[in-house]
Amino acid sequence: MTKTTTSSQDPYQVEPWWQRILNSDLFYDFSRRPVVVLSAVMTLLIISASMLAPWIAPHTPFDPASLNLMDGFTPPMEPNAFTGNVYWLGTDSQGRDIFSAILYGARVSLLVGFAAVGFAAILGITLGLIAGYKGGWIDTVIMRIADVQLSFPAILIALLIFGITKSLIPRELQEQAAVYVLILSIGLSDWVQYARTVRSSTLAEKNKEYVQAARLFGVTWPRILLRHILPNVMGPVLVIGTIGLALAIILESTLSFLGVGVPATQPSLGTLIRVGNEYLFSGEWWITIFPGLTLLVLALSVNLLGDWLRDALNPRLR
Amino acid sequence: MNQAKRPLLEVKDLTCHFDVSKPLLNRILEREPKSFLTAVDEVSFEVNKGETFALVGESGSGKSTIAKLIVDLVHPSSGKIEFDGQSLATSRGQAFKNLRRRMQMIFQDPFASLNPRWPVGELVAEPIYAFGLAKSRAEVNRTVEELLEKVGLSGRDAAKFPHEFSGGQRQRIAIARALSAQPDFLVCDEPTSALDVSVQAQILNLMKDLQDEFGLTYLFISHDMSVVKHMADRIGVLYLGALVENAAAEELFKNPKHPYTRMLLDAIPDHEMTGRKRQAIKGEIPSPIDPPSGCTFHPRCALATGECKVKRPEVVVREGTRVACWEVDRLA
Repeated sequence: MTKTTTSSQDPYQVEPWWQRILNSDLFYDFSRRPVVVLSAVMTLLIISASMLAPWIAPHTPFDPASLNLMDGFTPPMEPNAFTGNVYWLGTDSQGRDIFSAILYGARVSLLVGFAAVGFAAILGITLGLIAGYKGGWIDTVIMRIADVQLSFPAILIALLIFGITKSLIPRELQEQAAVYVLILSIGLSDWVQYARTVRSSTLAEKNKEYVQAARLFGVTWPRILLRHILPNVMGPVLVIGTIGLALAIILESTLSFLGVGVPATQPSLGTLIRVGNEYLFSGEWWITIFPGLTLLVLALSVNLLGDWLRDALNPRLR
Repeated sequence: MNQAKRPLLEVKDLTCHFDVSKPLLNRILEREPKSFLTAVDEVSFEVNKGETFALVGESGSGKSTIAKLIVDLVHPSSGKIEFDGQSLATSRGQAFKNLRRRMQMIFQDPFASLNPRWPVGELVAEPIYAFGLAKSRAEVNRTVEELLEKVGLSGRDAAKFPHEFSGGQRQRIAIARALSAQPDFLVCDEPTSALDVSVQAQILNLMKDLQDEFGLTYLFISHDMSVVKHMADRIGVLYLGALVENAAAEELFKNPKHPYTRMLLDAIPDHEMTGRKRQAIKGEIPSPIDPPSGCTFHPRCALATGECKVKRPEVVVREGTRVACWEVDRLA
């Protein structure tokens, strides 16, 4: 990927990693697309803001002691009629600062998104590698399960898994476990894509001579998969993962909007939208619109990044 | 050549079928039986220590399959392969590991045989780690450096990735990797056919030098008669998976016995004999799924008689050459 450096340099000189990134074709392509740069900036902004929420949020929105009911329903950028407090994005029915709630909410959304994608990717890659390399009945079983699952909408699968898992967990633990259950159900509804992609790449890689060479050295098959084949099939996975992140965040919000996701005590963006939705027709539009906009910008940015990555890594579109 | 000692590699009646049947449902619906492709058909030969045995033949004659059978990447349908009296198929544990180490392979395509994500140093070091041939990281690095220098590269190339090298250099890396297992026997599956002609000679000479230095034994597979002439002590000619002639290299080029061998030799371009009427190879190799009856070469053979069409030729010995042809004496 790296362009050859000028010949005056020592050819054995290893470039520092940041120099290699800056010199890569990928970075060059990236820097020439303003939309993609903007998406990256927005994504990083939202991620870092939500990570730093405890320090940059003006209020702690989910500490009941810090809330003042008199602040309720303050419109954005206007002083409250009773207390005179000004909130950038207004407050909800209980006087919660929407801006702070969004920061904390994006945190939950991103956590669930990343964890679900990570879980789906690890599961999908593992099963895809085994199915592709081993073939035979193992391949048939794994891929038929994948086919069956693919014929149902992801949201349906997630709802189903969510329902089953919840019924297995004792009631008093349900609230704490909600986030993990959500990660599990989104992850399980999304592994198929990774498995299919990795399997097809593995089928192509396993017949290459470098894999046969490794077999001659007596390298065991799990090691061949992990050390030889995996690094060569990661390209497409990276692309699916990025696009999958946007989908996972949206899926999480959808589930939370439907009321089956994270509880209202630790709301995600989806929960905020659902809660605010109740006030939309009584004129308090800001409660639902701002979390909605955040979700829109986040999902769109991540999606655009994923699309760009897919095109940039595709040698046929170069 | 050492006749009294037993050969390093002994291959006896080696046969390999591949199942090329359609899926079960298609077979039932179309009422077709299972079909098999005979890639290797009762091949027997021996390779003595320190010599180079070459297998030649057209595409589809089963050369590469024999290479993979010998190093146990493909399992034979029948027959036996014995290396130094032991067999990879039956040994277990430490004996198996040791046998594995002693037989290594150089592949045809140096662009596919080196993992593109691994730096050269790690590629060459992999067998050392896999077989536990070094005690410390420093010793591994030293061995890798020595090997890279031995094959004509620099020790500093260890940090580079395969894509930074040309085809010939990559093949050198592949050779260094095979040598790092400290093998006695190398299976070379067309090691130069993916390379430029100018580089081929360099790689072949390197292989000869290494053979002398390490006392290696080669099984050299090629379709290029001039390469084989340069390298081989003995030559086996394959046709449709069967060994039709097995002779000392000089004898084969001077005095070919089998009509197919003659056909191959007639087709070699030759500098000294420019303007000579070369005989183009007639016909194509038949399908190994449905091979011709009797001697599989009879449809292309000028000497074929009625007997050739029905009876499979037996191997006969003429002047030290083993040849499978009914009409061998008519030709001589």
